[in-house]
Amino acid sequence: MLNILAQPPTDAIPTPDVAWSGLMPLLILSGGAVLLLTIVSLAKDFIPRWFTPIYTVLIGIATGVAAIPLWLRVTDTPSAADPNNGPFATLDSSFGVDGFSVFFTMLFAAVVVLVALLANDYLRREDIDGPEFYVLMMLSASGGIVMASANDLIVMFLGLEILSIAVYVMAAMHSRRIESQEAGMKYFVLGALSSAVFLYGIALTYGATGSTNLVEIREFLSNVILLNDALLLAGFALLLVGFGFKVAAVPFHSWTPDVYQGAPTPVVGFMASAVKAAAFAGMLRVFWLTFGSYRTDWQPVIYGLAIATLLVGSFVAIVQTDVKRMLAYSSISHAGYLLVGVQAATNEGTATVLFYLAAYAFMVIGSFTVITLATGPGDAKTSLTDIAGLARTRPVLGIALTVFLLGQAGVPFTSGFFAKFYVISAAADANSYGLAIVAMLAAVVAAFLYLRIMMAIWLDGDEVADPTELAAAKAGIPVPWGAAVVLVVTVGFTLVFGLWPEPMIEMARDAVPALAIG
Amino acid sequence: MILGLTITTSYYLALSAMLFVLGAFGVMVRRNPLVMFMCVELMLNAVNISFVAFGDSMDDIRGQVSVFFVLVVAAAEVVIGLAIVVAIMRRRPKITADDISVLRG
Repeated sequence: MLNILAQPPTDAIPTPDVAWSGLMPLLILSGGAVLLLTIVSLAKDFIPRWFTPIYTVLIGIATGVAAIPLWLRVTDTPSAADPNNGPFATLDSSFGVDGFSVFFTMLFAAVVVLVALLANDYLRREDIDGPEFYVLMMLSASGGIVMASANDLIVMFLGLEILSIAVYVMAAMHSRRIESQEAGMKYFVLGALSSAVFLYGIALTYGATGSTNLVEIREFLSNVILLNDALLLAGFALLLVGFGFKVAAVPFHSWTPDVYQGAPTPVVGFMASAVKAAAFAGMLRVFWLTFGSYRTDWQPVIYGLAIATLLVGSFVAIVQTDVKRMLAYSSISHAGYLLVGVQAATNEGTATVLFYLAAYAFMVIGSFTVITLATGPGDAKTSLTDIAGLARTRPVLGIALTVFLLGQAGVPFTSGFFAKFYVISAAADANSYGLAIVAMLAAVVAAFLYLRIMMAIWLDGDEVADPTELAAAKAGIPVPWGAAVVLVVTVGFTLVFGLWPEPMIEMARDAVPALAIG
Repeated sequence: MILGLTITTSYYLALSAMLFVLGAFGVMVRRNPLVMFMCVELMLNAVNISFVAFGDSMDDIRGQVSVFFVLVVAAAEVVIGLAIVVAIMRRRPKITADDISVLRG
């Protein structure tokens, strides 16, 4: 009945070729995580406390460094001297190594390094023991790499689950805070629901096209005219719902504010940067690259999602009083801008999404670093009145937060300005003028939100204006070294690429994907 | 042939769709966290039926192979979900999803 049963028996089970060089960054990151877990389980009493964060930072750096030769190889064109240059696929064509996947590998490596530095101080302050946080974060990031590289829908599902399952645990990590466990629980239930919907989308797409491999699906869709494409369109819709949950697009955003408020703040930084980036990587790979010939069917849906996400994210944020919830809605509105770039469905649109994700990852990790430090033990003081006067009591944090908020608002001379400018111009180039106008209006509304936080930290909080108290506050709470490094890097990134965005956008253009056939 | 009825692929797909919707409905209306997990399992296994039915109708082994991946993922998901529930229940026995509502938007 099945083809495989009809073949004559052979001595060895055929195994696909593995291009180990293409998998190297992924192997370093995931292998490093497993190794750390093993070392610490075996020799817990002999491991000093500084070992795990330093180890995680080194693994993150090694992952990024291992990606550099790969980047040079896949973005080059094949020549007589180097016929192996250019994108390629491995593992029976289920894992693509192209500029796109290597770009995201480097981004995840950077996120792992930054969040590890931040988490070190946080975990000490909250007295949470053990290496689990670092192990889970590295595993989660390797799931993100799998998602960005997946050339097969089942592999993408596995990547999505590796990414998400680790983050569920990280959200519930703070076992003494009921808010953290509630956040973990909510994220888990809704995440599992969305994964199941995503999987059903894979099943229907498989049923309609006869394959789960993205290259084969693309070939099939561009060569065959389906008389009845209802099954395929249902598959599109369910896949889009699955991605919509992960990127927090309206109307699938309801978990975002609760989870962002309840989860430990460094975890929120990781969620907002890495999880969103991985979900958009998957979305671009599946929709733009694979379902490109059906773009007239899915573009209008993403158009609608983008408008709803922009408006809800910007307007609902205004009435919030909790800083973490405000940033949650801000992250929803950023998802709207990213959808604007996805909707364009052009090379340029995709490149702008990559630029936006990189710029946003650094800004949001920086913002949550400041929030981690400013809200104090137990993440207790997160309301707007609690951080009032931050710029006067802790000027370093106040200035850094101002830079990140200006960046997220899209003020010129920050990387956020170019991020917004590029996606909106990509939408206009793709003749989506209405969407471009809505995006610009939403930017104005969202600016009000960021101004409100800035007003609170610079102008409010007169009760601490007493000079002696102010001096004590300034002297009493130093910025820990790990967080200081994160702040320097993220502020630097936001300002440098705000003044000089060319290298980054050129890199994003080089990364625009090509589905490798191997 | 059962009772003069030929069972075709579309019957399996309809069964799968019904189980999936039932599971999704269960996640949304049931308040007991354990029952919610069971409903998620129901959804994943409903999808497995679709995979097998499509694979069989197209004479393609990949539909059945996919089921193994889904089973592994479902197992991992339940492990994590139960761990989170146990962590919460240790502090507050007899909890339902309505009680876990410190966070509100």
